[in-house]
Amino acid sequence: MSVAVGAAGRAGAPWFWAIAGLRRALELGAFLALAAFILGPLLTLLVWAAAGTWLFPNLLPEFSLRWWYYVLGNENVVKAIRMSFLSAPVATLLSAVICIPAAYAFARLEFPGRRLLLLSFLSANAFPKIGLYVSIATLFYRLNLMDTFAGVVMIQLINTLLFMIWIPTGTFRGINRNLEDAARDVGAGPLRTFFNITLPIALPGLIVASLFAFLAAFDEAQGTLIVGTPNHMTMPVMMYTLVLSYPQPVGAVFSVLLSLPSLLFLLLAQRYLRAGYLAAGYSL
Amino acid sequence: MARLSLRHLTKTFGAQAAVRDVTLEVRDGELMCLLGPSGCGKTTTLRMIGGFALPDAGDIQINDRSVVALPPEQRPTAMVFQRYNLWPHMTVAGNIAFGLKLRRLPRAAIAERVRDVLGLVGLPGFSQKYPHQLSGGEQQRVAVARALVLEPQILLLDEPFSNLDARLRVHMREEVKQLQRKVGITTVFVTHDQEEALTIADRIAVMNEGVLQQVDTPDALYARPQTLFVADFIGTMNLVSAHADAGRALVAGPWRLALPGGRWPEGAEATLAVRPEDLVPDPQGAPARVRRVINLGHYLLVLLDGPGVPALRMFTEKGASFSEGQEVRLRIARGLVFCGPEVAEIGGPMRPSVAAPTDRA
Repeated sequence: MSVAVGAAGRAGAPWFWAIAGLRRALELGAFLALAAFILGPLLTLLVWAAAGTWLFPNLLPEFSLRWWYYVLGNENVVKAIRMSFLSAPVATLLSAVICIPAAYAFARLEFPGRRLLLLSFLSANAFPKIGLYVSIATLFYRLNLMDTFAGVVMIQLINTLLFMIWIPTGTFRGINRNLEDAARDVGAGPLRTFFNITLPIALPGLIVASLFAFLAAFDEAQGTLIVGTPNHMTMPVMMYTLVLSYPQPVGAVFSVLLSLPSLLFLLLAQRYLRAGYLAAGYSL
Repeated sequence: MARLSLRHLTKTFGAQAAVRDVTLEVRDGELMCLLGPSGCGKTTTLRMIGGFALPDAGDIQINDRSVVALPPEQRPTAMVFQRYNLWPHMTVAGNIAFGLKLRRLPRAAIAERVRDVLGLVGLPGFSQKYPHQLSGGEQQRVAVARALVLEPQILLLDEPFSNLDARLRVHMREEVKQLQRKVGITTVFVTHDQEEALTIADRIAVMNEGVLQQVDTPDALYARPQTLFVADFIGTMNLVSAHADAGRALVAGPWRLALPGGRWPEGAEATLAVRPEDLVPDPQGAPARVRRVINLGHYLLVLLDGPGVPALRMFTEKGASFSEGQEVRLRIARGLVFCGPEVAEIGGPMRPSVAAPTDRA
């Protein structure tokens, strides 16, 4: 941020830009504004989550964790949490099992319709999802998948496909084929080459893809609402109910709970996150 | 102890023939270079030997046993690749030991062989480093070690030094040559750099457009190129279009040369090939004008224009006095005449020259 501003300043600088102290103050101001824009709502959320009651004249609420006890003591909420932490990992794992071999094929093999097939994984995200879910719901009625765990997992799976295909395809394509040939050369068969050479080298990219996929599955609300109600509600679905029919701190507490996995994973993923992995996937 | 023979090897990509009917014998312990411009089929040939490409026709035999049906992991060959050779997630020792582990050698034996081969390539104490901690030259040495540790019958090298800088390249090829002599392994080396080929190969196989042009020692290749392509590709060569004359002679630009045998009919089109060192100043010779004089260190390159023969190149000693615009008279001491598939020598074979190959590369 500050670097970009500094560079622009040198090109066609207004007069006050030359004063170092003023410039630094402006940069700091811009940084704080950006931070407030991004972190402000999150901060409010945190304050609300720790609020007992928050009435008009008070600047800060009275501190209390009673809404946490309330939320975590609610049987439906706990059920939804359990459902979320069960279905999202299963969907991610299934997605990996299906998509990683497919991504390898997209990256390494030439077959008719390769480009079209690769693009088709984008198609689920190319239309308004709600229409898609309704038609899936009619299909699920026929197949007796409505209000089942399998149905919810399948809906979440759809949301992970994009990440699990495109990122690993780019990752595999970025691995020089010579590395695989060299393994064959010293005596490794195709499977051993994949597991001992290709997979370890691709691992950072695959981890990043899995994290994105997990978050996409974890975050899914629309489809699960249609397919999973009333007995298979996940946390984001529960959110609708909580926001609509409970006091404000309940929603805040739940929001914090909902963002915890994302926060945790982003911290974990930092090591592996490189802009290249995302960009590489988007070249046909 | 291994002989390699390629029999009528052919490979096509789409409609394009990458390798056409290549037959080549590599003797035991020999260092054979596959040399040619990019796209000539040399790398494809090497990949077929290693098992990474399947020939459409023909046979590959190692010690008279066909290996065409074998996948790469079962062939007694080891390859050093052009770039990105080493597995980045393994240490140097891990890279070298990978093939040995697949062969289920005991742990102590693996450690010993890794240590030995690292000593052989001059990298003792590097076993626990990762590839990204090594320089380009060190990485290539580890790649060579990884190939040699399996004691293959044939060592294949695919332009192994092309991504190194010039100085290191010269150093590495000397090292590989010495290593190859010491181990005595039959080696096939692919390069587009003729200087590299001429300096390290026992014999060179020149390829162009998928066709094997000539297989010879570096000296023979320089002195007696058998096709126009080889004549032009190896070293520096002046090519002058010519035609046969009635009186058993060849007319090339201002020169009239006696043809031994006089076997071609009058008017037959031919090409005269003359090395720059075989253009000699002579008061009786044909006239030419000096266009430029280029000092190339220990010798001079003189560019000349004769009547109907522009841009002739001549090498002379550094002391020779030439100046731009000067009129000189030149004689052709030796030359080769290419007429269709036939070749005739004028004035004996060409002399190998130190200067010639470097000038072109």
